[in-house]
Amino acid sequence: MPALGADMQFGTVVSWRVKPGDVVKRGDVVVLVETEKGVVEVEIFENGVIESLVITPGQKVPVGATLAILGGDGAQSAATDTARVVSTPVKAAAIEPSRPTATTPMMEEEAVKRPVPQAPQMLEATARPRISPFARKRAAELGVELSAIAGTGEGGAVQVSDVERAAATATKITAETTSRKEKGLDPAAMRRVIAAAMARSKREIPHYYLATMIDMHRALDWLAAENAKRSVTQRILYSALLIRAVALAVRSTPELNGFCVDGAFQPAEAIHVGVAISLRQGGLINPAIHDVDKKSVDEVMASMLDLVNRARTGHLRSSELSDGTITVTNLGEQGVESVYGVIYPPQVAIVGFGTIIERPVARDGLLGARRIIEATLAADHRVSDGHRGGRFLCEVGRLLQEPEKL
Amino acid sequence: MAGMSSEILDAQVREIIRRALSDVAPEIDLDTIDPAKDLREQADVDSVGFLTFVIGLHRGLNIEIPDADAPKLITLNGCAEYLMDRLNRR
Repeated sequence: MPALGADMQFGTVVSWRVKPGDVVKRGDVVVLVETEKGVVEVEIFENGVIESLVITPGQKVPVGATLAILGGDGAQSAATDTARVVSTPVKAAAIEPSRPTATTPMMEEEAVKRPVPQAPQMLEATARPRISPFARKRAAELGVELSAIAGTGEGGAVQVSDVERAAATATKITAETTSRKEKGLDPAAMRRVIAAAMARSKREIPHYYLATMIDMHRALDWLAAENAKRSVTQRILYSALLIRAVALAVRSTPELNGFCVDGAFQPAEAIHVGVAISLRQGGLINPAIHDVDKKSVDEVMASMLDLVNRARTGHLRSSELSDGTITVTNLGEQGVESVYGVIYPPQVAIVGFGTIIERPVARDGLLGARRIIEATLAADHRVSDGHRGGRFLCEVGRLLQEPEKL
Repeated sequence: MAGMSSEILDAQVREIIRRALSDVAPEIDLDTIDPAKDLREQADVDSVGFLTFVIGLHRGLNIEIPDADAPKLITLNGCAEYLMDRLNRR
């Protein structure tokens, strides 16, 4: 079970996309996993042949658990934990021993759910409880696993009433699980995940904050001229320019791009920009657009549109959820002038953009009205200093003055 | 569209709008939206959501919608008026 985000602890297998004997290659979607952030398509990061599926659909397991056995091609046929697919820093952060108290309810939820009947073949392996033939027959009718029933009869013997009570509980849990599936995610669980990640960020990361005003006049004029030539399906939003400018600027300040794990900075080679997306049911998610530095503005725009719409319908891929190396948050659309972000651990920087406002600006001794956006940076002081952070923000502003080169 | 009564056209346009909106705000009931006020605020739709909505209208009615016309689509009344006008001129 891979960690699909810094604070994921459990995942539930929803369904397998492969079966034993299937040949898989790096990047194939092998399993759908439900997390507090919705259902995620988990990709495999190694080539091989699926030998067996260990976890059956419906089972909830902790991060790090073996989901399936992957055989290598030919000679080596070692057990492969799909958790290996996840990039090390994210995984290391997720299984860190210090647990925020906010996750306690999850542990309780796990304890409650464990008795739910899952795998019939497990029945023979467990010690047979004392049970009357009538109760056994009733359990079979109701589909309740005997080992999951707590007996209240003499010497812990299982009675018919115990069977019926267990069946009622199981039905309730199944109904809850089903209703949650229909919604795609559980807002309360997502809130706990956000609380855990943000509490960890504020506890561990010494943030420093910088802000600057960026003149968007040229960028918006260029965009309007460009969009006038385009069909509605090819249109570019200014957010795509912001994301692209951040990716290009961070090239020269690599200490803002990567992960800080156990106090040590691991710069990322690739530039995957996480985009903070608010979900309609509440909560937020920050999946990544991959390799933004190598994409054109059009490609970034297409990726962003696809990512936002998939995030809101709950069809994200595991690599998108765990790969972000720096995050961009754009709350400007709500009308706020500035946003000071909270770093998403184990990342080390978050760039915020406020709303675009027409302001009086003096240029060359003359006062004029210009469209201005406020850009902010919240960065990890263990890794970078304000001097370097300032250079980065100014570079973002400079790049946005030449939108045609983005 | 010659010969088609305006009522049928009206219902068709309304259905396209309803479908395009449900792509971006599935839980919003069209009947609860004030047709004279900004749709984006009422349905909590951001720029990506609004672009997706306009793409939905474009696909549903098979008409090109220039970027300069997008501001006309921010209310339901504006949408209906604009789309009817475009269809009648087709």
